[in-house]
Amino acid sequence: MTPLQNYLALSIALFAIGAWGVLSRRNVILVVMCIELMMNSINIALVAFSNYSPSPAPGRGEVFVFFIFALAAAEAAVGLAIAIALYRLRQRLSVDELDEMKG
Amino acid sequence: MKAAVLLIPLLPLASFFITGLFGKRYFKEKSHYLSIAAVAASWLLSVYVIVQVERGEELSWEIYSWIAAGSFKVDIGMLVDQLTAVMLLVVATVGFMVHVYSVGYMHGDAGYYRFFAYLNLFMFSMFMLILANNFLLLYVFWEAVGLCSYLLISFWYHKKSAANAGTKAFLTNRVGDFGFGLGVMLIFVSLGTLSYNGVFEQVGRLGTGTLTAICLLLFMGAMGKSAQFPLHVWLPDAMEGPTPVSSLIHAATMVNAGVYMVARSSPLFYHSSTAMFVVALTGTFTAIFAASIGLVQNDIKKVLAYSTVSQLGYMFTALGVGAWAAGMFHLVAHGFFKGLLFLCSGSVIHAMGGEQDMRKMGGLKNKTKITYWTFVIGALAISGFPGLAGFFSKDSVLAGAFHGGYWYFWLIGLLAAFMTAFYMFRLIFMTFHGKFRGKQEVLDHAHESPPSMWVPLVVLAVPAALIGLALGLPPENGHIDHLLEPVFEAVRGEAHGFGLLDGGLMTLSALIGIAGIALAWLFYVKRTDLPEKAGARAGVFYKLALNKYYIDEIYFAVIINPVMALGRGLWKYFDIAVIDGFVNGAARAARNVGKWLRPTQSGRVQAYMFTMFLGLLALLAAYWLLNH
Repeated sequence: MTPLQNYLALSIALFAIGAWGVLSRRNVILVVMCIELMMNSINIALVAFSNYSPSPAPGRGEVFVFFIFALAAAEAAVGLAIAIALYRLRQRLSVDELDEMKG
Repeated sequence: MKAAVLLIPLLPLASFFITGLFGKRYFKEKSHYLSIAAVAASWLLSVYVIVQVERGEELSWEIYSWIAAGSFKVDIGMLVDQLTAVMLLVVATVGFMVHVYSVGYMHGDAGYYRFFAYLNLFMFSMFMLILANNFLLLYVFWEAVGLCSYLLISFWYHKKSAANAGTKAFLTNRVGDFGFGLGVMLIFVSLGTLSYNGVFEQVGRLGTGTLTAICLLLFMGAMGKSAQFPLHVWLPDAMEGPTPVSSLIHAATMVNAGVYMVARSSPLFYHSSTAMFVVALTGTFTAIFAASIGLVQNDIKKVLAYSTVSQLGYMFTALGVGAWAAGMFHLVAHGFFKGLLFLCSGSVIHAMGGEQDMRKMGGLKNKTKITYWTFVIGALAISGFPGLAGFFSKDSVLAGAFHGGYWYFWLIGLLAAFMTAFYMFRLIFMTFHGKFRGKQEVLDHAHESPPSMWVPLVVLAVPAALIGLALGLPPENGHIDHLLEPVFEAVRGEAHGFGLLDGGLMTLSALIGIAGIALAWLFYVKRTDLPEKAGARAGVFYKLALNKYYIDEIYFAVIINPVMALGRGLWKYFDIAVIDGFVNGAARAARNVGKWLRPTQSGRVQAYMFTMFLGLLALLAAYWLLNH
């Protein structure tokens, strides 16, 4: 059986890649995609923990995963809608330019 | 009787509320109907009360317990005795006539309803002041009449001088009322009660020092309200108010409150010879002081105002020498004839289209016949012309001073009486005789006042002429002395018969009055060049009197300007530097902190997220470090 560490290493790697994308990418669509990536890395960690639990109960971790799926779908829908609205407004999709709220 | 006594103040109060609340929108130029009806009813009830009192009925009625806190108990109560009844009648009669007069005088004024509402409020306060049965209630309504006085002096508040005069009256009265308030407190501290009866029964328990202190503090209040030197400065300025107000409040009623209060407290004053002497001295000094200013004033109302101050001084002289009934007699007589004189002056001002300077008048005799003759009756009455009110009342004051052994007060009083006769007839001759000195169109426009104004003049001329005969005969033992005997029973000096000496004094004071009139005639009718010569001759004295002895200027130099300078100094160097510095400093500190923190709010989402990640890493690192 694959040890837990492998799963967690994958999860951390995916999370780090997602976080890097969120922080470095300018394009809104890429940022949204990276956020999806981060959420799915968490899903992997949750399922792995659920399976390796000392007292495993079927579906305990998976339930969270489904919640996160639903959340991610909603977030993708809203995020893409914002991206489209933004594009119509500015003809560009750069996050850097959105600083109207600065102090 | 109880119902009557209750209704006398309450009717004007009700009318005040109704006229004040609905006058502007609904009553408008009909505002006077209700006001006059209320005061007329109060007048009828006052007549009823004095008839009942004369039959020997008295009333001491605690209506309800106002304050009860431990040993401090104050009732709202009424005390009706002979003194109260006399005051009620004067106030109600003059008040009624002034209400009627105001219909004509205030006709067309924008604040017509407001004027009548204020007058009603004043009537209520004044009635309550008279009817109160304890010192605290007296104090409350003492302040209430002061408030009405303020409101009515500055009735034409858009005029700066009127607004200032109101403020001056209020502030000057505060000085006196400060003493009055302390006096009331001292009474309570020493005796534990404030009701008249309770206090007067326990006078014996007071030490001489305490008693004198109480009396002098109370008298300080009287000096403010009754415009005695050095607190007289507000009364002449109060002439900025409408003339009916000058007549009602600043001649016939409110300014008498101080005299009434001292007379009411006679059991206290009687036992303190120091206080009595101070009262008599202040009164006499004020009488001659104000009369000498009145000699040279050119504003018709200012002459009457200084005359009022002077006559109030007479009343205090009488009280101070122990001639209580004489003081009250002069109060009654003065209330009628000075009320009349002011209303007459209002009629003159009305005829002149608002002009008050006598130098621009003259020869109005034929234009305003009724005003002229009633004015002459009033002037004769105040000058002590034999048979008229002032003759008897002033003579009983002077006789009281003489018999009390204060011949110097008598002499000064006599001199003041001479001045009174002179300045009153100077006023008459300058206004009504000789040639008109103003503009021709003003003269063409001059006319007798409407009936609502001249009827009150005629009505008031009757008591001004006859009340002396009715109350003062035989001299010093007249009707008023008998009526007031129960009030002043405990405090009256020994009785003395009316002898040859009194006849001589009486003749002398009558002659003095006539001499004053004759001199005025000589100066202002016969040889009109004389006043200027006399003025030049008197030099510095003339200038002093013309400028009212610079009292206002002295107050400005000694008190008002230093206090204003202090205020300005505090404003510039304490308020702006310290208080504002602190507040502005707090604001500036917040702004600087904000400026320093502002760059963190860059508005760039990724920068925020980076910060969040760093924070998360920091938390994890801290957790790891703490667990290893």
